[in-house]
Amino acid sequence: MSRWLHRGYAGCVYAFLYLPLVVVAVFSFNSSKYSLAWKGFTLDWYVRLWQNSGLMTTAFNSLLIAAASATLATLLGTVAAFVLHRYRFPGRRTLFGTLFVMMMSPDIVIALSLLLLFLALSLPLGFSTLLLAHTVLCVPFVATTVFSRFVGFPDDLVDAARDLGAGEYQVFRHIVLPLASPAVAGGWLLSFTLSLDDVIISFFTTGPDFEVLPLRIYSMVRLGIKPDVNALCVVMMAVTVTALVLSKHLLKEKK
Amino acid sequence: MVTLAGVTKQYNGHPALVDISLTVADGEFLSLLGPSGCGKTTLLRLIGGFERCTKGSVLIDGRDTDGVPPERRAVNTVFQNYALFPHMTVFDNVAFGLRMANRPRDEIAAAVNGALDLVQLHGMAARRPAELSGGQQQRVAIARAIVNKPRVLLLDEPLSALDHRLRKQMQKELKQLQRTLGITFILVTHDQDEAFAMSDRVVVMQQGRIEQIGSPREIYEEPVNLYVARFVGDINVLAGVIREKIGPNLYTALVEGVTVQLRSDRPLSLAQPVHILLRPEDFRLAVEDAATPARELPGTIRHAGLKGTVRRIFYHGATYDVEVSLENGTRIQVTEFFDEDSDTLSCTPGDRVTLGWHEGWEVVLPHEE
Repeated sequence: MSRWLHRGYAGCVYAFLYLPLVVVAVFSFNSSKYSLAWKGFTLDWYVRLWQNSGLMTTAFNSLLIAAASATLATLLGTVAAFVLHRYRFPGRRTLFGTLFVMMMSPDIVIALSLLLLFLALSLPLGFSTLLLAHTVLCVPFVATTVFSRFVGFPDDLVDAARDLGAGEYQVFRHIVLPLASPAVAGGWLLSFTLSLDDVIISFFTTGPDFEVLPLRIYSMVRLGIKPDVNALCVVMMAVTVTALVLSKHLLKEKK
Repeated sequence: MVTLAGVTKQYNGHPALVDISLTVADGEFLSLLGPSGCGKTTLLRLIGGFERCTKGSVLIDGRDTDGVPPERRAVNTVFQNYALFPHMTVFDNVAFGLRMANRPRDEIAAAVNGALDLVQLHGMAARRPAELSGGQQQRVAIARAIVNKPRVLLLDEPLSALDHRLRKQMQKELKQLQRTLGITFILVTHDQDEAFAMSDRVVVMQQGRIEQIGSPREIYEEPVNLYVARFVGDINVLAGVIREKIGPNLYTALVEGVTVQLRSDRPLSLAQPVHILLRPEDFRLAVEDAATPARELPGTIRHAGLKGTVRRIFYHGATYDVEVSLENGTRIQVTEFFDEDSDTLSCTPGDRVTLGWHEGWEVVLPHEE
C-alpha cells in the first residue's frame, strides 16, 4: 500500500516536472499543423527546420556565442579560481563574495546594468556586447566550480613542483591545470548551457543584426505556436541535456 | 655548504624558530631531531625556500638565499607525504625536474632510468603513483629529487608513513645512497633511532631552539641537559650533592643516600646539587641471597653500592628490563643482557639487589628545576 503511495507521489512529481517537455517533444512529431489533436507521426517539422535558413543562422549564432562565451569565461574563471586559492591579497574575500553575488543576482538586474554600461560606453549592441554579457554571466559559475576542485588539492604538489624547478606559469601549466581539468571542462559545459538558454540578458544586450535562438523562439511564439518551434525546442533540449550529462560526469569525484 | 646565521622565524608574532645558527658540511648527513612543533620542519622549509626568515639568513654555498624562490635553489626536497604528481607516470614524475631545466630528451631518459635503478624501481617507469605501494612511492619521491643532482637533499620525515620493517630497510638504503652520491642530506625526524642510525651529526631541537648538536654518540652519552637526555632514549636521573673534590675532574658525592665517586668535565663546587644521569644499560645488579648476603659486583662497577628491591621484570628477547626501587623510594630502570651461562633470569621480583654502574659512565649535570 505505502509502496504504491510512494510510487504515485514520485510519479506526480516527475509528471509535474517533465510533462511539459514531453508534450513539446510529442507535438514536434505530430503531423497536424494547427489543432492539438494527434494526426499521425511525422518528421516534417524537423526537415522544415533544417531548410529554414534564417532559423539555422540564428541557431549557428547561438552556438557560436555559447561556445565563445564559455571559452572566455572558462579562461577567466579558472585563473580567478587559481588566484583566489593560491594567493592571499587585500580584497580577496570581497572578490570571492562578489562571485556569489553575481550568481544570486536576478538576470534582469544584470541585464539592465550591462545595458546601461554598454550605452554609457556607447558600444553598438551586437555580437561583442552579447559575448561580454554572457561571459560575465558565466565566469562566477566556472570560478566556483574550479575553486571547489582546488580546495581538495594537496598544497605540497605545488611545493614539490617548485622545488623541482617549475616557475609559477609551469606549475599552473603542468600541475594545476591537468589536475583541475575535469572541473575546467565541467565549467565550460555549464557555461555553454547557461549561455545557450539565456533569454533575459540576451534580450537586453544584443542588437537587431545578431539574433540568438531563445529570442527568435520568443518572437515566433508571439505569433502562435507552430510545430517547427516544437522541433527546435526538442533539438535545443537535446543539446543542453547532453552538455549537462557530460559536465556532471566530468565533475564526479574520481578515485 | 648550508649555513644558518641567527635565523629567527615568526608566524603572526609567534616564534617558531629563535636565533638558530648552524653549519652543515659538504657531504654530511645531518638530522634535525625533536618532537612535533619544535620547528624542525620550518627550518627545512626555510632552507628549501618555501618560507622566508623573519631575521637572520640562510646561506647555501656561501650565498645569501633571501628572496631566492625554491625553483632557483640547488636543493631538492623529499616531502613527508611524497607529493608525487598523481596524473603522471613514475617516469614523468622523475623526469619533471630535468624537463623544467630543458635538458635534451635522451639525457633525461638516461638520467631517469639511472635514478630508478638506483632506488631499485627498474621496470616501474610506466606505472602511476596510485599503483605503487607506500615503499615504492617513497622510492619514487627520492629518485625524483636526486635525479636533479642537488647539492643538498632535504628529507621531511620521509619514512614516517612506512611500517617498522620497511623503515629499517629504507634507513639503510638512504644511508647507502647518501654515501654513493656524496651529497649533503638534511633529515627531519622525531624518531631518535632513525636519527642515530643514519646521521653523522644530530641537532636536537625544542620549541624553536637548538638544545644540542653532536654525533649520535655524543648526544646519547653526553647529553648537555635533562631535555636532551630524556628525549634520546630511556634515562635514570638520580639526585646528588657534591661532597668533595678528590682529583682533577673527580669528586665524591652523596647520591640517593650513598657516597659515590663521580667524574665530571665541568667544574662543580662543593655542596652543589646535581643530577646524575645513567642509561638503563649502564647499570649492573647483583642479587643478595641468604647464602651470599652481599655478593660482590665486578671491579669496575663496585664503587656505587645502591641498595634496592626488584619490583618488576620486562622480558624483551635479547634483553630484559628490571625495575628496582631504592630504599628512599626512587625507581630505577636497569637493562640487563641475558647471562650466556644461565638460561634463567638472574633475579625475580622481591629480590634484594645491589646496583652499580660502570665507573665514569655517569653524566653529571647541574641541578635543573
